[in-house]
Amino acid sequence: MASNETRRRRYNVWGKEIEPDFVARPVTPVAGRRAGAAIRIEGLSKSFGDVPVLKGLDLEVPAGQFLAIVGKSGCGKSTLLRLLAGLDQPTSGRISFTAHDDTSRKANARIVFQEPRLLPWARVADNVAVGLGEGAGGSEGRARAEQALDAVQLAEKTGEWPARLSGGQRQRVALARALVSRPDFLALDEPLGALDALTRITMQGLVEQVWQEQGFTALFVTHDVNEAVVLADRVIVLDEGRIALDVAVPQARPRQHGATDLAEIERQLLDAIFRR
Amino acid sequence: MSLVADLPKPIRRAALPFARLHFDGRKLLPFLLPVTVVLVWQLAASAGWISNRLMPAPLDVLKAFWAKLITGELALNIGVSGARAVSGLIVGGSVGFLLGLANGVSKTSFTLTDTTLQMIRTVPNLALIPLVILWFGIGEEAKLFLTSLGVFFPIYLSTLHGVRNVDPQLIEMGRVYGMSRWALFRKVILPGALPSIFVGLRFSLGIMWLTLIVAETMAASAGIGHMANSAREFMMTDVVVLALVIYALLGKLADSIARFLERKTLQWHPAFQPQERA
Repeated sequence: MASNETRRRRYNVWGKEIEPDFVARPVTPVAGRRAGAAIRIEGLSKSFGDVPVLKGLDLEVPAGQFLAIVGKSGCGKSTLLRLLAGLDQPTSGRISFTAHDDTSRKANARIVFQEPRLLPWARVADNVAVGLGEGAGGSEGRARAEQALDAVQLAEKTGEWPARLSGGQRQRVALARALVSRPDFLALDEPLGALDALTRITMQGLVEQVWQEQGFTALFVTHDVNEAVVLADRVIVLDEGRIALDVAVPQARPRQHGATDLAEIERQLLDAIFRR
Repeated sequence: MSLVADLPKPIRRAALPFARLHFDGRKLLPFLLPVTVVLVWQLAASAGWISNRLMPAPLDVLKAFWAKLITGELALNIGVSGARAVSGLIVGGSVGFLLGLANGVSKTSFTLTDTTLQMIRTVPNLALIPLVILWFGIGEEAKLFLTSLGVFFPIYLSTLHGVRNVDPQLIEMGRVYGMSRWALFRKVILPGALPSIFVGLRFSLGIMWLTLIVAETMAASAGIGHMANSAREFMMTDVVVLALVIYALLGKLADSIARFLERKTLQWHPAFQPQERA
């Protein structure tokens, strides 16, 4: 029963065994695994018109860290993510990435959105191949797409249309699309927000697993404090464009939902969010 | 036939192992009404309720069909009309498609041309016939011009609408994932616009036949419309009705081809997927 240990611990939630729609396998670091990119943010500000959203943010994220950002709606967390992913330009301040080999080249950044944003007219494998960029064609691209689908445990859906998948499966395809190019940095913008509660829990396990296997730096934006605490090494509370709290979550993985030491951190984060 | 159609599906399947080869009675249902109408019509004509000079009996139409067929006149006229229809579709359709794409993608192009196009669109294209005859005479150019113009607008509008309505989230995704402009167009915008373009295509096929019939009736020296018009001069109602039937069949054929292409290219679309496996 030892091989089932990971699975049982991960999906035992508040004393109830949850039947996942896929079975977690033991973590196996991928070949050629490397540390993610380190991020340094200095004096980052962003305004939309006259409305300041981020007000001079300073932040350092070590390579390979799993950082979660929580906060109320409109606190600037999605804006921060969009700036880091290069979707928007900052009003002032700078962001620099340092890749694992210490070259300050542009990081290979990928985003997972709240919606899967799959191309409905492309089969699952072709959707994943979008993540490879221009060099997507050929048998090598095909093989890498299948490998990425295997990592999110959807290998059997390679030739399926997205319309035939469940919500959780679609988001797993989106995750595979983000992972297929082996990013240094993965930004996840409330990626599980549209899923039902049970699918969320199994997906959290999957996100943690691929992060452990591939070693990228992860930035996970969520409004679910519990989710942040279960997944992240470090949680930041954003409030009106500033960092209100920055806490480490040192607990061993895999973590259990509802554990008392996590609940303590959760309470601390909620206090900061509601300024209690 | 009707007995088979009345049986519930699973039983029929079980009784006939080669369901795909089996002749499905339900497919005949759409033809039930036209066949009945023709039968009643023939009956009324035979009984003498309808004057043969005003409306020929279906059998007479069939005889006219046979007569035109063996002289080769029918094949020639269908060939001429078909060629006009196809060339009009190709010219008008491709110009409409390209302008729709350009105006959907580029704001400059849209601002520059859309107002003009919308103004031309409000002129019924058949109102141009006198002018077109003055320009081109009754040659092929006149027909090509009119059908192209008729086909152009539905394809232009549906392409523009399709391109404009591609999910902006998908376009953002394409940009974030480093797609070049060409890749974005080929992988996101064009497939996203395709369902709408097909709606436009089916619309334009209807307009294509309409314009062609009128143009051929008014000024032509060959074609189905010409055949019908010269038959009118000799009170040959059977040939006139034959021409109508042929138009109906050609129209149906064109629509069926468009639907077939639609099904083939939109396999991904939930509306075109087989229902049994959910």
